[in-house]
Amino acid sequence: MAQASPNRKARPLSPHLQIWRWGPGMFTSILHRATGNALAFAGIGTLLCWLGSLASGPEAYAAFMEQASSWYGLVVLAGISWSFFNHLCSGLRHLVLDIGAGYELENNNRWAALSPVIGLVLTALFWAAILHH
Amino acid sequence: MGNGTSIGRVRGLGSAHGGSHHWLLQRFTAIGNIILVGWLVFSLLSLPSLSYLTVRDWLAAPFTATMMGLLVLNTVWHARLGVQVMLEDYVHEHGNKFAVLAALNLLAFGAAAFGLVCVIRLALGGA
Repeated sequence: MAQASPNRKARPLSPHLQIWRWGPGMFTSILHRATGNALAFAGIGTLLCWLGSLASGPEAYAAFMEQASSWYGLVVLAGISWSFFNHLCSGLRHLVLDIGAGYELENNNRWAALSPVIGLVLTALFWAAILHH
Repeated sequence: MGNGTSIGRVRGLGSAHGGSHHWLLQRFTAIGNIILVGWLVFSLLSLPSLSYLTVRDWLAAPFTATMMGLLVLNTVWHARLGVQVMLEDYVHEHGNKFAVLAALNLLAFGAAAFGLVCVIRLALGGA
């Protein structure tokens, strides 16, 4: 197994997830991609259903709101809102990293760990504001 | 990281084989999304109710319709750029990559067109 193989395709090209020791940056990066893609499909999909129902008239809007306020609709909306606030926080972190700041190990780990927490807090505040409304 | 050899530089561009323009647009649309989705969140929270007439009249106002139109375009654009990166990372075979990126473009243009038609219909009082 350890001998050089003539078949170069069999060699691992780049180590994947299971190779690395877990750290907050890795976790936050994966969440950023996962929530971003969730927003791209479920988030924009729901936004367009909402706009489409509004543009189609009161019956369509009532049907949308009935689905949205059911238990599974609320689960989807909660997921979308959490995805948004999480993606917002890790995205803001990316914008800071893009200007070349925040790469010191301790600082980098701290904000990598904090951004999903802040995302959760913002999601909770958002739903508290809705329920209070 | 050094500049490497010329062949290494050509091969070293990653799975997308390019991307400064893509990278910048992803940031520009990200900043737009902070403004536009932030506006949507605060607007939804400050609407007196989510009844049909309330939301329809709110969306029919010129400022709201403009913001919502921009939101549709900007979020779809940002999403299209982000999903492209995900597909380039995970779809390795060239033919499949071409096919999923073509499908992504059609989906993005379709989503943006549908969203804009809805906003325009509401803004012009068609609903």
